[in-house]
Amino acid sequence: MTTISISRTDTSILGRWWWTVDRLMLAAVVALIGIGVFLVMAAGPAAAGRIGVDPFHFVSRQAVFLPMALAVMLFVSLLDPRTVRRLAVLGFAGTVVALAATLVVGTEIKGAARWIHLGPLSVQPSEFVKPFFAVTAAWMFAAAREHEGFPGQWISIGLYAVVAALLLAQPDVGMTLVVSSVWAAQFFLAGLPMVLVVLFAAAGLGAAVGAYFLFDHVKSRVDRFLDPASGDTYQIDKAMEAFRDGGLFGRGPGEGRVKELLPDAHTDFIFAVAGEEFGLLLCLVIVALFAFIVLRGISRAMQEDNLFVLLAVGGLVCQFGLQALINMASSLHLMPTKGMTLPFVSYGGSSTLALALAFGMLLALTRRRPAGQGGF
Amino acid sequence: MTLNALRRLVKKDAGPFLYPGEEIRPSKRASRVSLHGTQKRHVEMGRTRLVVAAGLFACAFSLVGFRLVDLMLLDGGEPPVTTARRAATAEFEESRADIVDRNGVLLATNLPTVNLYAHPYKIGDPATAARRIVEVLPDLSFDDVHRKLASGSKFVYLDRNLTPREKLEINALGIVGVDFEDAERRVYPQGALASHVVGATDLDNNGIAGLEASLNETLSQGGEPVRVALDVRVQHAVREELAYAMAKFRAVGATGIVLDSKTGELISMVSLPDYDPEHIGDATEDQRFNRATLGVYEMGSTFKLFNTAMALDSGRIGPSDQYDVENPIRVARFTIRDHHPEKGDMSVADILVNSSNIGSVRMVMELGTEAQQKFLDELGLLDPVSLELPENGKPLVPSPWREVNTMTISFGHGIAVTPVHMARATAAMVNGGALTPVTLLKREADEVPPGRAVISPQTSQRMRELMRMVVTDGTAGKADVPGYRVGGKTGTADKVSAAGGYAHRAVRTSFAGAFPMDNPRYVLLVVLDEPQSTKDTYGFITSGWNAAPTAGRIVARIAPTLGVFPSFVPQGPVVRPERRPMDLIQAAAARGTDAIAD
Repeated sequence: MTTISISRTDTSILGRWWWTVDRLMLAAVVALIGIGVFLVMAAGPAAAGRIGVDPFHFVSRQAVFLPMALAVMLFVSLLDPRTVRRLAVLGFAGTVVALAATLVVGTEIKGAARWIHLGPLSVQPSEFVKPFFAVTAAWMFAAAREHEGFPGQWISIGLYAVVAALLLAQPDVGMTLVVSSVWAAQFFLAGLPMVLVVLFAAAGLGAAVGAYFLFDHVKSRVDRFLDPASGDTYQIDKAMEAFRDGGLFGRGPGEGRVKELLPDAHTDFIFAVAGEEFGLLLCLVIVALFAFIVLRGISRAMQEDNLFVLLAVGGLVCQFGLQALINMASSLHLMPTKGMTLPFVSYGGSSTLALALAFGMLLALTRRRPAGQGGF
Repeated sequence: MTLNALRRLVKKDAGPFLYPGEEIRPSKRASRVSLHGTQKRHVEMGRTRLVVAAGLFACAFSLVGFRLVDLMLLDGGEPPVTTARRAATAEFEESRADIVDRNGVLLATNLPTVNLYAHPYKIGDPATAARRIVEVLPDLSFDDVHRKLASGSKFVYLDRNLTPREKLEINALGIVGVDFEDAERRVYPQGALASHVVGATDLDNNGIAGLEASLNETLSQGGEPVRVALDVRVQHAVREELAYAMAKFRAVGATGIVLDSKTGELISMVSLPDYDPEHIGDATEDQRFNRATLGVYEMGSTFKLFNTAMALDSGRIGPSDQYDVENPIRVARFTIRDHHPEKGDMSVADILVNSSNIGSVRMVMELGTEAQQKFLDELGLLDPVSLELPENGKPLVPSPWREVNTMTISFGHGIAVTPVHMARATAAMVNGGALTPVTLLKREADEVPPGRAVISPQTSQRMRELMRMVVTDGTAGKADVPGYRVGGKTGTADKVSAAGGYAHRAVRTSFAGAFPMDNPRYVLLVVLDEPQSTKDTYGFITSGWNAAPTAGRIVARIAPTLGVFPSFVPQGPVVRPERRPMDLIQAAAARGTDAIAD
């Protein structure tokens, strides 16, 4: 950090940003991106070979996406909380429309219509709806608390219902689960009475059971998790083998085999590639980085005097942490497999951009502000 | 929603609408503070609940961390075994099945190696690349490698079965476009020991000889090892004794067979010279020739066993019936004589014990050509043996089958069969009279096919006695081993010379026998090809001087291994009542100086 010398008294936008942004959190996310570059270089060529494109197809695409993502993240982190909120509300409106559009004009991939093609870019609107909705919901909850009589909760509930319905229609049960959890967490932080917390938890459980009976692919995955003999557990078996083979120091860069065997090694199972080639130590570093970002984010939120910022940061951090946990726990056979990328580490175009957007908002909201600006 | 609230929300997030400068007016401060108070209450609750969230996340991340340590450092218990997992492992193991002996000793297995190949179109400088590769692998020719690398083709093999060190050195050259392919090499830990049974494979691990060829399809599917009937301990003893005999008698070849007369399993089968299966390419045609199953030979006097059995089993001739052996038999332009002419008549038993050609002919002439044909056919001597080998010899039988053929066949000339034919038919002589199909694969007790009865149990019993007598009183004395009650018959056949007709002093000697004669379990066949006389044999080249003692040496070594208990109790009518065990041993030791040549 000493290489960039920015004076404390520098009051330009960048100067202010440098001295107010959470530099440790920024460093952690840059470290994750660095690890991700290495792992996509490890797993990408194998995945590319399988679909018969240039070996560096994924690597070079990631090389385009990552700078874009970093730029988006840094740009968004320059914004002040109010602009972040406006961006989120506008973005939310836009993505809800796009989400509805996928049902009409979406491209079906692996049995779900989640993608919209915009020229050379295929975008998954459901990835973008998460952070925008988290910030929008935070605003509604905060407004309800701060302005007597303003029915923020009800608006939030209504928006949630729309989002959940659109996601389930895709169908994208996993994403619905994440969005629901984050929204419920925000509701909880916003002071949901304990009776209702219990009621919500019960409802969530009910919804999960409902999903099991309603969606065949959910049922099959849960069945295979609970009883490996009931179906094909090839992917998770290979992942387990990869972790075991990796041991403390790993088999060495490029020496992994799981990437040759698993079609999703560069996305959903990148953690297994990390374990096999670089061993336990790198895995623990990755877990530690995620844990640090989440706990650091929460601790920053706790220092906030502004309820909106607290709720928005809480929601964004929850979303980030949950996604990382679900990915890692899936690869480690701690829960039924759920196709979800490991934030900033997995290969992914629109998901990386969406994450960058979310993280940019998170950095923007956790910047230190003079106490007076808390209420903006 | 009240309009007022909405207005406040849109215009200014916190606090009511204020005119410019209004916010610094003291009168308004109070409301600001109170508002700040409500907000603070909610923020406080949010903070408290954030602690709960932080705790949950900390727990979850710790759980992931513990799981990682458990899985990667402590191995996390056994991996779940599922069908998918098994299938996935199977697809990477394309190993050819092992071949093991009856006790599970490895005869053929696989060694993982690598093959070296190149994508010539990727190679920038073929000359340099070829020069550096040849430096590491001096067995390759530079021109050859250079031509392959410069061809610009897609794919070409450069070398096979590299050692790990060679692989490392090639890898260290860092030539782009040169790569390795996992392969496996067939290895034969016992070397040449069972080469004619096990066979060999080519570079692509396809069987080209022996069981490797005949069971190629089964073996290439992998799985359980193929268990052959051989016992490597017996095989080793037989091979070593045959090699010793070959060297001692300067023979050009030797064959040895040990057959379980009850189950039809070939416990040992040796054909010398043999070859190292891993270098079958370097073997001569003679080495690759399986004398035990592919070569067909006139067996000479050992065939008299069948002539005698046929006579006894006919019911028309008894063991003590007498035949004239004094006068040679003239038929067509041939005269049939005995090597050691005797005066007067001789019993059927003595004709076998003394190996009289004239007596044998007189016996068969009483029964006729058809009876002989039928009997030899029943003994399976006229058709190929169905053995699990590609090398399977077809007997040479006379056509037409004239009277003179009948006569010569009675003492083993004019018909050529493989040694396996001989061993199988000998087994039928001693096992109670059943011709049991022979096999090179191990048979469990319940897998033994029922034999076809060819002689009566009584005839078989009589044959045992006669075969024992040949050893105790006849030409095969040197085959005896104290305690193991060896019985059998010698044979010395003149070899057919390349010029046609029979060669002089080029013979093939054989011993077909069994032990222990009171209940013969094992049949032993020894054949020596062109043995020469030595000082010990006083110029003789007949079977009693070479094949018979070799058989004796083999029995002495393998009988203990096979679990045959020595017994010094006199056996049946063969041994004279007045003889005692010690006499028997001394007699056996003393014999040999006066063995009767056939």
